[in-house]
Amino acid sequence: MYRYDEFDREFVDARVAQFSDQVRRRLSGELTEDQFKPLRLMNGLYLQLHAYMLRVAIPYGTLNSRQMRKLAEIARKYDRGYGHFTTRQNVQFNWPRLDETPAILNELAEVEMHAIQTSGNCIRNVTADHFAGAAADEIADPRVYAEILRQWSSLHPEFSFLPRKFKIAITGAPHDRAAVQVHDIGLQLVRNEAGETGFTVFVGGGLGRTPMIGRKVRDFLPEADLLAYSEAILRVYNLYGRRDNKYKARIKILVHETGIEELKADIEREFEAIRHGILTLPKEEVDRIEAYFAAPEFAAPGDEALFDAALETVPGFANFAARNLNAHRQAGYVSVTISLKPIGGAPGDATAEQMEVVADLAARYGHDEIRVSHEQNLVLPHVRKADVPAIYKVLAENGLAEANAGLVTDIIACPGMDYCALATARSIPVAQRISERFGASERQQQIGDLKIKISGCINACGHHHVGHIGILGVEKKGKEYYQITLGGSADESSSIGEIIGPGFSYEEVVDAVENLVDTYVNIRDGEGETFLETYRRVGETPFKEALYGTQ
Amino acid sequence: MKLVTANRLSDGEVVWLGAAGRWVETLFEARLLESREEEAAALAEADASVARQEVVEPYAIDVIREEGHLKPVRFREQIRAAGPTIRLDLGKQARRQESAA
Repeated sequence: MYRYDEFDREFVDARVAQFSDQVRRRLSGELTEDQFKPLRLMNGLYLQLHAYMLRVAIPYGTLNSRQMRKLAEIARKYDRGYGHFTTRQNVQFNWPRLDETPAILNELAEVEMHAIQTSGNCIRNVTADHFAGAAADEIADPRVYAEILRQWSSLHPEFSFLPRKFKIAITGAPHDRAAVQVHDIGLQLVRNEAGETGFTVFVGGGLGRTPMIGRKVRDFLPEADLLAYSEAILRVYNLYGRRDNKYKARIKILVHETGIEELKADIEREFEAIRHGILTLPKEEVDRIEAYFAAPEFAAPGDEALFDAALETVPGFANFAARNLNAHRQAGYVSVTISLKPIGGAPGDATAEQMEVVADLAARYGHDEIRVSHEQNLVLPHVRKADVPAIYKVLAENGLAEANAGLVTDIIACPGMDYCALATARSIPVAQRISERFGASERQQQIGDLKIKISGCINACGHHHVGHIGILGVEKKGKEYYQITLGGSADESSSIGEIIGPGFSYEEVVDAVENLVDTYVNIRDGEGETFLETYRRVGETPFKEALYGTQ
Repeated sequence: MKLVTANRLSDGEVVWLGAAGRWVETLFEARLLESREEEAAALAEADASVARQEVVEPYAIDVIREEGHLKPVRFREQIRAAGPTIRLDLGKQARRQESAA
């Protein structure tokens, strides 16, 4: 894992001191709310419906057991005993007091964590594949480059007041698990014919009120040019991005309004002007950062007879093994997905006790590594297959063993109107009711891969546009209404879902989803055809008829 | 009928303007505003309170009387007055249960 050097430590400590002073000055009246608000947002502190909310950065979703235990401690000491893991691989606390946030940030700094650049119009936490450094299909570890981008973008003087926020995602495998095509910059690690590492670069993807799939601007960007090219993109955006209307200020709108060819030419011109300069990545520096992410010293495979026996004898284990394990590059190892989607639970929430359980498991069996996935689950990236039954037992005792990774109940949902000041409808209880409706394990398995994503307002934090079934909650005449989109996807074949028809009330929406799922099961071309494949094959008509009848 | 609401600066707690310019933590203690003049005066009091670093972002909300109790018209404000609908053990609703027990 990356460890802070002296510079990082001083930087974070200085920021904690600075923010502590800003909070003091706010409480004493030296700063007005208008003056203070941008300062608190730069430190991840929002004001929501019931309380403040603190968003803590988990760079590229990687943390160790000590850090996870600290999150648990903060949840217990300063919050209400739980935290919420987000689609940006971060964690949010829903009930901190303003006057206690300096203490929280101090405690976070003790374990090399902070809340810097988790909000505001800057380059946000760079997200990456949650199986980074572990997946069998990986070309290179994306976290190395995510960390390089983090260092480059932290307090970047030119890019601290962008037209709007800016999100970068990077994936290290051909199968995109980081949704790179719906980010402002999406990077896909590739190798060229000479075997050199580089990136396919996408620009201008995003969700929100104007969803767009990123446009490819480079098939192969050499590794050494990563920062120069990123800087060129940001410069062009910073110069031409709209500042007159915050809803048209993201780079996707610039791409759309300018046209990709013209914008690409602008980027290339800027790139030519600055490449071969100070931003060229020295190979030694890449190697130095790479060393932080070196694979752990893998142990010899254990007795896999234990695993095979558990498949037969331990109730639920076969399902868990079928859904929640991912192939590892090291023989005898797997990555384990710890679902934060128990049937009927709030997606992404974990209690302090659960965080400690995961920390203990990581320390004992997982080379001390934990990941947060953008699908709001946790991952133990490196565990011996032989240890999975023992891990499963502990997970099951702590409500963490739901065998539903990638299934209909593995729902992404934003906090919605239960917490969020921007929301127009609730998300979490819709997710909970869908989860309960499809909760029977056999039924979920039979339905197969299906991604449902729910947002409680048009800002789309729940990624509904890229859900196979997407649900958007809106307010209509004082009531919650839910609009359904179909056919969205956020992997290497990204697409934006299409609105299927008029929305449904809070009461009706779960029936509508069930109707859609049943329709799919009835018309699919065998059990091997997923919901998305069926939708892409047959189009919306059968689904529309199922929901609204033939008219 | 209206009330004026805000969040308390120090901890973000939802509050409503009560009698004599005091901020109260439960909706039933809030001062009911029955005319435009009363609303304007209450908002002016709230602004003064903002300047004293007591609350942030005050605004007026519509309420109705239902079975003798005041109830915000908008669902969002009902949730603010109670707490998350999915966690009845959190927020003001939890404190009500505690005090009733």
